[in-house]
Amino acid sequence: MSGLHESALPDEWELVVGLEVHVELATQTKLFCGCANEFSTEPNTNVCPTCLGLPGSLPVMNETAVEFAMRLGRALGCEIHPSVMARKNYFYPDMAKDFQTTQYDQPTSRDGELVLADGTVVGIERAHIEEDAGKTTHVGGGGRINDAQYSLVDYNRAGVPLVEIVSRPDIRTVDHAKAYVSELRDILLAIEVSDAKMEEGSMRVDANVSVRPAGSDELRTRCELKNINSIRSLGRAIEYEARRHVDLYESGEAPRQETRHWDEDGGRSTAGRSKEDADDYRYFQEPDLVPLAPSADHIAEIDAALPILPAARRARLAALSSVADDVLVTVVERGQDALALGAIEAGADPDKVLTRIQNDLAVDDWSAVKSETLATVLQMESSGELSATQTKQVLADMAAGLHGGDPKAIAASHGFEAMASDALDALVDQLIADHPDEWTRFTTGDESDRKKMQGFFTGQIMKASKGQADGRAVAELLGRKST
Amino acid sequence: MSALGIAAAVRSGERSAVEVVEEYLDRIETLDAELNAFNLVMADEARRVAAAVDERIAAGDDPGPLAGVPVALKDNMCTRGIATTCSSKILEGWEPPYDATVVERLAAAGAVAVGKTNLDEFAMGSSTENSAFGPTRNPLDTGRVPGGSSGGSAAAVAADLAPISLGSDTGGSIRQPAAFCGVVGMKPTYGAVSRYGLIAFGSSLDQIGPFSTSVADSAAVLEVIGGHDPLDSTSIDAPAFDLRSVLDRGVDGMRIGILRELSGGPGSVDGIAPDVQACTTAAAEALEAAGARVQDVSVPSATLGLSAYYLVAPAEASSNLSRFDGVRYGLRADAPTTGAMMTATRTAGFGPEVKRRIMLGTYALSAGYYDAFYGKALKVRTLMLAEFAAAYEQVDLLLTPTAPTTAFRLGERTADPMTMYVNDVCTIPSNLTGHPGISVPFGVGDDAMPVGIQLLGPALSEPTLYRAAAVLEASAPDPAGKEGR
Repeated sequence: MSGLHESALPDEWELVVGLEVHVELATQTKLFCGCANEFSTEPNTNVCPTCLGLPGSLPVMNETAVEFAMRLGRALGCEIHPSVMARKNYFYPDMAKDFQTTQYDQPTSRDGELVLADGTVVGIERAHIEEDAGKTTHVGGGGRINDAQYSLVDYNRAGVPLVEIVSRPDIRTVDHAKAYVSELRDILLAIEVSDAKMEEGSMRVDANVSVRPAGSDELRTRCELKNINSIRSLGRAIEYEARRHVDLYESGEAPRQETRHWDEDGGRSTAGRSKEDADDYRYFQEPDLVPLAPSADHIAEIDAALPILPAARRARLAALSSVADDVLVTVVERGQDALALGAIEAGADPDKVLTRIQNDLAVDDWSAVKSETLATVLQMESSGELSATQTKQVLADMAAGLHGGDPKAIAASHGFEAMASDALDALVDQLIADHPDEWTRFTTGDESDRKKMQGFFTGQIMKASKGQADGRAVAELLGRKST
Repeated sequence: MSALGIAAAVRSGERSAVEVVEEYLDRIETLDAELNAFNLVMADEARRVAAAVDERIAAGDDPGPLAGVPVALKDNMCTRGIATTCSSKILEGWEPPYDATVVERLAAAGAVAVGKTNLDEFAMGSSTENSAFGPTRNPLDTGRVPGGSSGGSAAAVAADLAPISLGSDTGGSIRQPAAFCGVVGMKPTYGAVSRYGLIAFGSSLDQIGPFSTSVADSAAVLEVIGGHDPLDSTSIDAPAFDLRSVLDRGVDGMRIGILRELSGGPGSVDGIAPDVQACTTAAAEALEAAGARVQDVSVPSATLGLSAYYLVAPAEASSNLSRFDGVRYGLRADAPTTGAMMTATRTAGFGPEVKRRIMLGTYALSAGYYDAFYGKALKVRTLMLAEFAAAYEQVDLLLTPTAPTTAFRLGERTADPMTMYVNDVCTIPSNLTGHPGISVPFGVGDDAMPVGIQLLGPALSEPTLYRAAAVLEASAPDPAGKEGR
């Protein structure tokens, strides 16, 4: 893969993307106080002196948040370092203390990597702990802070624990950017530290985008894209921004380093704050908190408690099958890999198991399907006991939990019985006799005619047999009779 | 009467807490118009709390070790539902929705808060002249300053408007006013007393401690307010102090060093007044006479403390004071945009010294200057810790004067901030190292104003400090300054 998708960027340009992902940690309480970590309540009700930054209040570190951050760091293959919190000083009304407590030069996690489904490795520079800010609504004047008639601030979200995961600028295609985010989301869900919902803001992705002449290793001026609310939107935003850069370079201009706002409806990015006049954040170590220095034993405990991660789960399936990467991604993402492994162990064909799961168990609740019953229904299909269509129907009923999920009972309830081969043979002969013109087109026509007529006969046979004919057997019979 | 004397009388039923509080409210009413030690007198609240103490006694419950003892609180400690101003216009109208941990602990011990005392705005100053509510006067000579920044709390105890009070000490703000007003002032080990509810000035330096007329009262208050607090992450997880039981153990065999660089003799910083130096020598001799082994000890980096402090403290302050932006509480100046409102509010709400320190601190932390200023100050801090640790290998405690001079006159030093800043030269090192220090009155200067002697020790050496302080108190030539009442 090169360029964006195929041919989106001219061949002489290469895309360079780094992603900064903010993840809300699913702790019970906020990062520095005992307020509940939920902010969908009435504005400014889920607050206390500490998260409101009242004079005299002090932060106390949430141990679970640190635990989650370390778990995430290890899942991304990072080294866990002794770390300190720092103050990032700037004035903004949604910052209760007018500084954000975050990590600066000594983050918890450093130097990891994330492996995409196709094996591409994206370096992780750091993953650090920080607090979220409140939410400001600017009313009137176009909704911007300095033109608004008035602004409303809700501090319910202030102090919610976040981890910011900063990738290296290793991403070269839009598809890889999207795959990075979806892989990261899968990891977050697997290690149970966040619900990772982009649409609800518990996972926020900013993209640093630049382009460079293909084959060069320079890093050109980048723009940081904000307000990206879905993986699809991420793809569109990067694509738009990369083209904008290419257009600028090709017309003899150059992009400015700045933060840009992605406008999903308009399909474009608009200039925001320029980095040239960026604030000086005057970082310094947070004196109200003590350094974090996890012991080697503690890190070992975290490692021991990590679940098998999506990449390893896919690798396990890949070793047993020959299906495409995207099938593995889907099955693992849905958490159906254990089901698949069980069915394979029970003797079912691995590729068949995975394709059937991908195609026929795309439902929210498939808990009634067990490895053994899945293996049974696939056995019934391969022995010719069930046609492909019937198998699909039986699986649907199994997922719905009908007849205790027993495939035999379900098949019986539908009267499914694959047509005996002599009966099918007779039926095919009858239909050939009934449709001589079509049969001639099938046997002597060109490739297109042959295809059309195969479809015609298969449809007729299915109709006449009320779906009990096995599609593959029909195709085989038609082929045999035509020679 | 001492705080412990009042508590004993109230606990035994000899006096009622209400009676005691009425007496003190009367004294405040009579004397404070001139002194201006109090920003706010909590008369109704104090009467209510005193009555509750009396009820506990009547019901046969233990009313606590400080039962019925009036206490004055520096007005940078949060009191639930009661204005807390830091002597700044910017907190106008703000009532904290919570009590500081020390306030809760005093109340639990039966003490009765009678008011909030004046301070240099946000504790920035050494004379209590930087208050939005006017200066506090020294009760021993009302033409002189009480010291600062906890000048109101020191003056309140010196004038017996309260038997005890709390101050906060970031660079000497308890010890220096204690010296100027002739009372005992203690800055405990950093982390020994919870800072929860103390409105921050320099978070890594701030520490709350007591003022009292006696070493024993000081020990009693520290026993009550000290000890681990889960709400303060820098709070030391150690058992509360047991101080009063060691007070009479004396100093026999104790090794005490005169800190050469801060005591006025050869090798000392300039500016230690001869009368103050003489009292320092006399104090060392008194300790020696009581059995201590006194020697000269050098801590060269002690002289760098002042410079390091005036980078670290303003840097932290510049960040701590950002939140006073008019958005959530306190003063809000009217302006057309949010940014302009913040600027106008801060311009109108902060006094000149606070603005000066915010600018100093902002500069010290700026990109390009951090390493040369803030970064270097942190290195000095590390160096001082190492040198003081080495000194405490040789001796148990160090001794210096608390301040280079006795209390100066109002207005004498306001024109030049540097002459004000050097006042803290002796007290600042222990804030930078986090070590405890206590100031005990010992003699008077040529102007008949009290001189304070400072004892310093390593972290958590409070029991040793109090033992030596008790000896100093007992051997002081004259109950300094007390004739002024």
